[in-house]
Amino acid sequence: MNTLLVWSVTVAQILLGAAMVCATFRLVCGPRAQDRVLAFDNLYVNAMLLLLAFGIGSGSTLYFEAALIIALLGFVSTVALAKFLLRGEVIE
Amino acid sequence: MIASSEVSSTVALLTATLLILGAATTLVGALGLVRLQSFYQRAHAPTLGTTLGVVCVALASMIYFSAAGTRPILHEVLILILVTATTPITLIILVRATRLRDENPREEPSGHQ
Repeated sequence: MNTLLVWSVTVAQILLGAAMVCATFRLVCGPRAQDRVLAFDNLYVNAMLLLLAFGIGSGSTLYFEAALIIALLGFVSTVALAKFLLRGEVIE
Repeated sequence: MIASSEVSSTVALLTATLLILGAATTLVGALGLVRLQSFYQRAHAPTLGTTLGVVCVALASMIYFSAAGTRPILHEVLILILVTATTPITLIILVRATRLRDENPREEPSGHQ
């Protein structure tokens, strides 16, 4: 495998992991509930990008489907959480 | 490491640049999520990751896999469209909930409508 590609995938995974650590910090220490929901939103986007980078590094097409499912379910769960903060219940 | 030895060095350089650019942009957005003061400032920071980060990493994946020839390129456009369309909806609902909770802080969200 190309050495440049291996190193760039590794560096991108380290950067995305650091971004996930930042989001986890805000998720744990967030002063209010909406901060936690925002951090969770950022966390699943970072996990999706990490899966895409992992798919490039391994050359396999399997990780794309996992990233798509993370994007779909993450959106649904974030909207459900924000709706709960807005109204007090998810489905009215 | 299935199909990775076939790509040319130009494709590898382009993929590496886009991948690191997207990851660094996402990290800047996450650092803003930690460092900024109020919630309304913090709501702006992660959109760096959801716009530029997703565009760069999906472009890198599209370029790499179409050059490696393992599959057609159109799959990542799904993620691109999905994330670009859903991020404003999420943020609008979240900021509206925050404004509602800021305006009447005593009132618990009761659910009796």
